Amino acid sequence: MIDLAGITKTFGKTDVIREIDLKITKGEIFTLIGPSGSGKTTLLRIIDLLDTPSAGSYRFDGTDTQDPATDLIPLRRRMAMVFQKPAVLNTSVEENVAFGLKFRGVDSKIIGEQVRAALDMVGLYHLAKRRAISLSGGEMQRVAIARAIITKPEILLLDEPTANLDPLSSDTIESVIKKVNRESKTTVILATHDMVQGQRLADRIGVIMNGSLVQTGTGHDIFYRPDTQAIARFVGIDTILSGTVTKNMEGHAYIEVCGRTIEAVTSLPPGTKVNLYLRPEEVSLSLPKTNDHSRSSIRNHLTGRITGIVPFGPFERITVDCGCTITALLTRFSCEDLHLLPGMDVVAEIKASAVHVTAYKP
Amino acid sequence: MSDILSGITQALNLIITLNPDVLEIAALSIYISLSATLLAACISVPIGGLIHFYEFPGKKVLITIIQTLYSVPTVVVGLVIYLLLSRSGPLGFFGLLFTPEGMILGQTVLIIPIMMGLVISALSGVDRTIRDTLISLGATGFQGVIQIVKEARYAILSAVILGFGRAISEVGVAMMIGGNINGETRVLTTAIALQTGMGDFPFSIALGIILLAIALVVVISLNLITSGVFHKAGQIWAGAPKE
Repeated sequence: MIDLAGITKTFGKTDVIREIDLKITKGEIFTLIGPSGSGKTTLLRIIDLLDTPSAGSYRFDGTDTQDPATDLIPLRRRMAMVFQKPAVLNTSVEENVAFGLKFRGVDSKIIGEQVRAALDMVGLYHLAKRRAISLSGGEMQRVAIARAIITKPEILLLDEPTANLDPLSSDTIESVIKKVNRESKTTVILATHDMVQGQRLADRIGVIMNGSLVQTGTGHDIFYRPDTQAIARFVGIDTILSGTVTKNMEGHAYIEVCGRTIEAVTSLPPGTKVNLYLRPEEVSLSLPKTNDHSRSSIRNHLTGRITGIVPFGPFERITVDCGCTITALLTRFSCEDLHLLPGMDVVAEIKASAVHVTAYKP
Repeated sequence: MSDILSGITQALNLIITLNPDVLEIAALSIYISLSATLLAACISVPIGGLIHFYEFPGKKVLITIIQTLYSVPTVVVGLVIYLLLSRSGPLGFFGLLFTPEGMILGQTVLIIPIMMGLVISALSGVDRTIRDTLISLGATGFQGVIQIVKEARYAILSAVILGFGRAISEVGVAMMIGGNINGETRVLTTAIALQTGMGDFPFSIALGIILLAIALVVVISLNLITSGVFHKAGQIWAGAPKE
């Protein structure tokens, strides 16, 4: 459906996005995650044909969008975009929602019915007659979403659609997005800095950093198998270590890391310098005297000293110095149960399969 | 002091008794300035729109020239139009010198720059995201322009009202092109100048009060528009949501 090759956009002397290759197939939900200012919005604007790329090619459903003979309006009318900063026109809510259909010359009777359905979907029908500029930021965002879905787009582009919303409204919007995708086979491309939302909605995720699309894959790939240290840090992997494979027995490797040996699953041969990534949720802690290695399937037991305990929502983020720093995420209850305090000696336990190993990259 | 007090008393008397001379002059003033305003609006709004929506070399220079012409002296416009309309001038054959129509033309030329400049500002004031939203919703160029003009409607209306204010309060063009002919081209401002020179203070004061009253109506309308009273009235008129 969407085929981008080598897309670069330059403003002044800076490349806002650089050589992006991306194919998005019909009916999928693709989320773009990345820090603020990484180029997500620019990429969405290029896909929506609001901006033209400085280099590269963009084919929309087989049509070359850069061909001067291509009329862009019919292509734009097959898409709809919800902007991060919702803009409403100075008229009533229902008229705002109706614009897309009016521009397409739809009969006013049909527009009326569809406006009602679209507003119902985002839970705003009771505000239909209100002036749109008097709405709150969150309500405006929902108007913008109703205004986009009413045109039954083949491709729905959403730029941080829930950034202005409270958790309840976010849930409503997420279910609307899923419903539209499921029922109308709408392709959804969503940019967000909220990784969890990205993972919750997506069939596929693309990570964009400093203007480059650095990794695409399933949620599992991105969150457990990041390609680089920067991606790993962005997706919440606190512990990134480097070491050398010393032994490999049919994919079960022994890796020397800061004077310790960590067991992991990888096919990399002995002598290879590697990076190890540990998600904090996959690290559990126990007290040295209760730790019975023999009865556990956990292969890695690293003794160390707690250097810090920081609250993290319903969890506690605990850093342990085992020669190198390892971070664990424990529920508050388990933390209290073990009476964990900074300065205490503990054992960090990690399953070999939970350690993600890649060849060394700085 | 007694001159002023008795002048005001007599002036109020002239207004309350609907003195025909006073009414005729006021009516002609409103006719000429309103016509000039409508004519200038028909020219300024579309051309201001074109200047705003199209990129061309020299655009910034053109906008600066328009803004400079906000403060062109009325007598200079009067002089130029006089030369154009005089018998030996290039437009002399129309015979518009010393006619209300000639005055309309002069005032139109006078207020076009301020109206056009403010229309351009009004359109620039529409948020860029509105433009993006309209394009993204599938608007053609024309549909988009119409919506953006609608979005700037209150600011554009303010520009038009301001143009009217400048037209009705100017003396230069009215005096030089109209000639202040009694019953033909005598308007509020020229009449005040003449009657004051002749020592007829009550008549001048009466016309001054009317001129100020018109200015008051203009200012009140401007305030109502910019303070958004019309938005709220529209909202009340549209009806409160029913649950």
